[in-house]
Amino acid sequence: MRDPRIKKVLVIGSGPIVIGQAAEFDYAGTQACEALKEDDIEVVLVNSNPATIMTDVSIADHVYIEPLTTGMLTRIIEKERPDSLLPTLGGQAGLNLAMALEEKGILNEYQVRLIGTTADTIRRAEDRLMFKETMEQMGEPIAASEVVHSLEDGLRAAAEIGYPVVLRPAYTLGGSGGGIAYTKDQCREILENGLRLSRVHEVLVEKCIAGWKEIEYEVIRDGTGNVITVCNMENIDPVGVHTGDSIVVAPSQTLSDQEYQMLRTSSLHIISELQITGGCNVQFALHPDRLEYCVIEVNPRVSRSSALASKATGYPIARVAAKIALGYRLDEIRNEVTKETYACFEPMLDYCVVKMPRLPFDKFISAEHSLGTQMKATGEVMAISGSFEGGLMKAIRSLEQHVDSLLSYDYSHLSDDELSDLLDQVDDRRIWIIAEALRRKYSVAGIHKKTQIDKWFLDKIKVLVEMESVLKRRPMTNDVLRRAKRLEFPDAVIARLSGYPEEEIHRMCKQAGITAAFQMVDTCAAEFDARTPYYYSAFGVENEAMPSGSGKKKILILGSGPIRIGQGVEFDYCCVHSTWAFRREGWETIMINNNPETVSTDFDTADRLYFEPLTAEDVRKVVEIEHPDGAVVQFGGQTAIGLTEALKRFGVPILGTAPDDVDAAEDRKRFDEILERTGIPRPAGHTVFTAEEAKQAAKALGYPVLVRPSYVLGGQGMHIAVDEEDIEEYIGEINRYQQDHPILVDKYIRGTEVEIDAICDGDQVLIPGIMEHVERTGIHSGDSISVYPAMSISEAAKQKILKDAEMLAMALHVKGMINIQFIVDGDEVSIIEVNPRSSRTVPYISKVTGIPVVDLATKVICGHSLASMGYQPGLQPVSGYFAVKMPVFSFEKIQGADIALGPEMKSTGECLGVAKEMNEAMGKAFAGAGISLPKSRKMVITVRDRSQEEMVPVAKKFATLGYQIYATAGTCSTFRKHGVLCEEIRKAEAASPNILDLVLEHDLDLIIDIPETGIHASHDGFRIRRLAVETGVYVISAVDTARALSDALSYPVGFQEPVDTGIIQNRSQRSI
Amino acid sequence: MKAYLILEDGTTYVGTAIGECKEVISEIVFQTAMTGYQEVLSDPSYAGQAIVMTYPLIGNYGVSHIDMESRKPWADAFLVRELAREPSSWRRDNTLENFLKEYHIPGIAGLDTRSLTKHLRRNGTMNGCITTKHYEGFEKKDLLERIRAYRVCDVVQRVSVKEPVFYPSGSRNGKKVALIDLGTKRNIIYSLEKRGCTVCIYPADSAANEILAARPDGIMLSNGPGDPAENTGIIREIRKLYESDIPIFAICLGHQLMALATGAKTFKLTYGHRGGNHPVKDLSTGKVYISAQNHGYAVDANTLDPAVAVESFRNVNDGTNEGLHYLGKRIRTVQFHPEARPGPTDTDYLFDEFMEMMEGRHA
Repeated sequence: MRDPRIKKVLVIGSGPIVIGQAAEFDYAGTQACEALKEDDIEVVLVNSNPATIMTDVSIADHVYIEPLTTGMLTRIIEKERPDSLLPTLGGQAGLNLAMALEEKGILNEYQVRLIGTTADTIRRAEDRLMFKETMEQMGEPIAASEVVHSLEDGLRAAAEIGYPVVLRPAYTLGGSGGGIAYTKDQCREILENGLRLSRVHEVLVEKCIAGWKEIEYEVIRDGTGNVITVCNMENIDPVGVHTGDSIVVAPSQTLSDQEYQMLRTSSLHIISELQITGGCNVQFALHPDRLEYCVIEVNPRVSRSSALASKATGYPIARVAAKIALGYRLDEIRNEVTKETYACFEPMLDYCVVKMPRLPFDKFISAEHSLGTQMKATGEVMAISGSFEGGLMKAIRSLEQHVDSLLSYDYSHLSDDELSDLLDQVDDRRIWIIAEALRRKYSVAGIHKKTQIDKWFLDKIKVLVEMESVLKRRPMTNDVLRRAKRLEFPDAVIARLSGYPEEEIHRMCKQAGITAAFQMVDTCAAEFDARTPYYYSAFGVENEAMPSGSGKKKILILGSGPIRIGQGVEFDYCCVHSTWAFRREGWETIMINNNPETVSTDFDTADRLYFEPLTAEDVRKVVEIEHPDGAVVQFGGQTAIGLTEALKRFGVPILGTAPDDVDAAEDRKRFDEILERTGIPRPAGHTVFTAEEAKQAAKALGYPVLVRPSYVLGGQGMHIAVDEEDIEEYIGEINRYQQDHPILVDKYIRGTEVEIDAICDGDQVLIPGIMEHVERTGIHSGDSISVYPAMSISEAAKQKILKDAEMLAMALHVKGMINIQFIVDGDEVSIIEVNPRSSRTVPYISKVTGIPVVDLATKVICGHSLASMGYQPGLQPVSGYFAVKMPVFSFEKIQGADIALGPEMKSTGECLGVAKEMNEAMGKAFAGAGISLPKSRKMVITVRDRSQEEMVPVAKKFATLGYQIYATAGTCSTFRKHGVLCEEIRKAEAASPNILDLVLEHDLDLIIDIPETGIHASHDGFRIRRLAVETGVYVISAVDTARALSDALSYPVGFQEPVDTGIIQNRSQRSI
Repeated sequence: MKAYLILEDGTTYVGTAIGECKEVISEIVFQTAMTGYQEVLSDPSYAGQAIVMTYPLIGNYGVSHIDMESRKPWADAFLVRELAREPSSWRRDNTLENFLKEYHIPGIAGLDTRSLTKHLRRNGTMNGCITTKHYEGFEKKDLLERIRAYRVCDVVQRVSVKEPVFYPSGSRNGKKVALIDLGTKRNIIYSLEKRGCTVCIYPADSAANEILAARPDGIMLSNGPGDPAENTGIIREIRKLYESDIPIFAICLGHQLMALATGAKTFKLTYGHRGGNHPVKDLSTGKVYISAQNHGYAVDANTLDPAVAVESFRNVNDGTNEGLHYLGKRIRTVQFHPEARPGPTDTDYLFDEFMEMMEGRHA
């Protein structure tokens, strides 16, 4: 029964998207908040991430987009006085914060109860030592380990545990300094380095269980002790690769019932003994050759795996966990999918789910591709199929990284020895390498020996490889086609292999009756009649996706695929809001997406959900079943935009801005004509196809120039070139991918970058606000600090922006959203980019202005005018608050990635600071990004020659703030000339003591390192930046960012006031 | 080779023949467990039935002697979506395909098992023929008549031991349990042995007097196949066991027979409960357990004599009876399978309660 004492609940989100903590917590948090509100609970939500759905007023009653610090949380608790805190929804960040509040006595002071799992339970699961003791008491085996602080102790511990051992230094990031030691010598080497890198000189020595099967269980327990398993999952990559970077399959495939039940019983034992109330994830290592296991980890909260398990089974874990926290028993909570059964049962699957990680190596070209215990993926995709092969093929083409099969990376040029060596490496290309080995008739047993991947999975890859060669035989028979489609070979791949045109393959399939059917994810393997239209496609089975018969008009909404750098959770926010708006307008909504972490793929977000890859062929299957009346592509980012042509071909009307007008904005020539007609200036530029043309164009324009491919997002492949050498290199890089579109070469202008999102109804244009970038042009807009309202630009420039935006929106016949970026230099305004679609800044600007941008755009698309919704056109009055959007990076997790910023986007997420004063908002934004300074008040400044003068006032400011400044020779002398007190420090390549030693003293607050641009950038700087990041020192690589930080630090943290953005968000809600 | 499943309503499913190539007529039932296909096949309760696995990938880890729940597989046929071609496990002695052949069990792979499951769910369990022959016209009409005429009968006799079998315990003061073999799974025996019991397995048709004469500390009625009401002779003997004051624990068919022996009725469920995810609620504590189940019939709780027995467990999904407490008796019976294999072991504690009953600690 519901606990009647719970009336007002504080929910903490997980903060900005970083590697290891992505959209899954927005999904879980949103679902849980909705479950709480169903019970009339007043929800107070805190999350620094504005791109989330959970920070909407429709999800929570009070929304604080504030830094997740104990100080700020204390102030919010003081103000809101919630009676309870639900700590298990915000990932590790949220859980840690809740625990800190508890340990500091703040919860006690304000009489806030932790609901769901208790603090004691969380400690027993989270604290390394207590966890070990708890497991030992329970009789649950764990891998032997010992914490050591010296070389001698470490060697002794390793000898006692037995080699091989894993060494993990404490408090280093990205797994740096750790490794596996097979011998005493190796152990000595790793220990010496690891102890030095660790701030507390601590290393964990652990028994190496690499190579064991990694199995996970998602379990749930209610307050009365009822326990169930939602799902188990098997990692294809054995222990040693982080589960977030592994290919994962659900349910387990290679476990006998004896093994399955042994681990299931153990997880239920653990959750019961720990008295967890809610969801829990248990990770096991299972010996591949005998009946032995150990517990790797217990997460007493919702997690990435629980999100995956929810989507894989249809069982809404976060919702059920929230209900349990309110006091409900499992058998009192209805199964919302079947509506016939209760949450107290275990889902049975009759399909196979494959999850693949989305790794960011396309953005970090210099980074190491190796996979290990540190997660590197920014996101993931999930695919559902009747077979493992089908699931794998669907997952591969969902990745949005130019791959559609096991042939997409070509290793045929390698010698057998080279290939054999590659098999020993664990990286993101492993399955493609295995496929190549199988093509060369390497034995499954031999590959198993090298990779430790279970032979069952290897054989499945072999099935796919065998089909490749069958498809090369002519003529094509219906039987071969049927088998290939059941294995989910896309038409394009069949066409490439067989030599038939793709359309011909499609026609042959159709003629032979080989068409996709859709099956339901129903939680119960068809044992009960389910009501929830959640589908996946399969061949050779009965179609279950019957038209709803609602008589409503149907809208197809394309999602945005996996979270990756450049396309984050913002686009899911837009898709979900558009879906809701269409539903309110009386449409039947149909969603296609493949990202298990998101709200858009929750079973009740759209009326009908198709969990499918976002390729033309896959979308066509849905179109042929649903025959939608229209599709919207302007909310799903580049993924959706890329499908416009295909949708048109399939006869689906694109609602909103016409595809031809979208093309006009992207096509350089057509766009130039529009600009000429409207008289809007832009930096001079040319469209080219080859490196030679690019060099000619650059010469004509004068260096530096900006080089980029058209039709990209997140500045992928964008570079500033300062000479011909740069051009050569960059064009080469861009052309690594198939290039259907031309390359743009523009004059690079320095100035203030500003950005707007606008809504146009065909007659009038509404601009919620102007956002100004702190960093000057040259840094990708997604990596810039963005301030609302614009501070430094003149009234005349603002008027020009408004006029230009109106003219452009009209000229492009925009219906819905448009995003425009300008460069402002004094009163001069020129255009750098126009995207007639939703952008990254939409959730942010919606929340800080209170204008529900996506709702309005959707209603405009449905035919309403802005005026009829009660909105005045033009630039809207400012909201009275300052808002700072701060990019957040995950550099520490990607070894070898350069952290210096440039035109290519590198941030994984963002956070927001909102306040009545600019510096306060800036301070909150920095704090939200995890930069809580000052600490030691020591810093290093090293600046390229041409920026040293500019740095002087910033350095002075830091000195005033009490900072002790170390500077490299050139910087130091410039500073001293201008009276800035500083100490000289030698560069990294010089003899000790140098800058590296300073970093390793673990006593620095930050490093400001302004590097040279282009290929002249020094490797010395790179080394320092990497070391700093890996030891947890904040690094700034732009003068403007440094200035913003010094301004922010001048506003005392203790005076930061929490702002309920719910009030701002509600302010402008009109007649919608 | 093509193989067909022809249901009694004429619906036909096509796939590829696996296992032994022979024609059988049987009752078609579906199982939702995702692991444990070998335990399912070797569970005597499936005698007279052909099994459809709803999980599509079957045979992944091969077969192992460890997983045999009786001396041989009993199912008439095995119907799957995909049969693993390369099973992988350190435990495997054989492939599932070879195992089926070895025991002469026919099967079909490549079936749309979900569509078939939905058909059975909507129309109820029905008979069908598994064949590689393509029937048409008159022949098909004749076949359908034969299919409809099929009845699962006399199966308990088929699966039960013919002579008593002793499993002496290692411990000297272990309890002596008489296990009436209605089609017992090995794990029932192991669950008793593990607790130090000496187990004497009796043929299903053993006379109550004979069993009582051996003075067991407790009597266990096992699971088993078929329509419970058909076993009139056994029910008569069980009534005599009921009259004695020896503690009795019964599972599945044993539970149904005890209910029938004490005046209650059983009925056939539309499509039965077969899987490892069924929630059952302990009505005395309110606690819910996930149980392994395999039954096509259930005890009608409305027919219970309130003076004889009360419901102890109930299915959370459909409210059917899952267990009984006999008043004034040390008799407990459950519909589900505390011995698991395959399935969750959450209710394994019931064997401990049986031990306590025998030790006189439990009312």
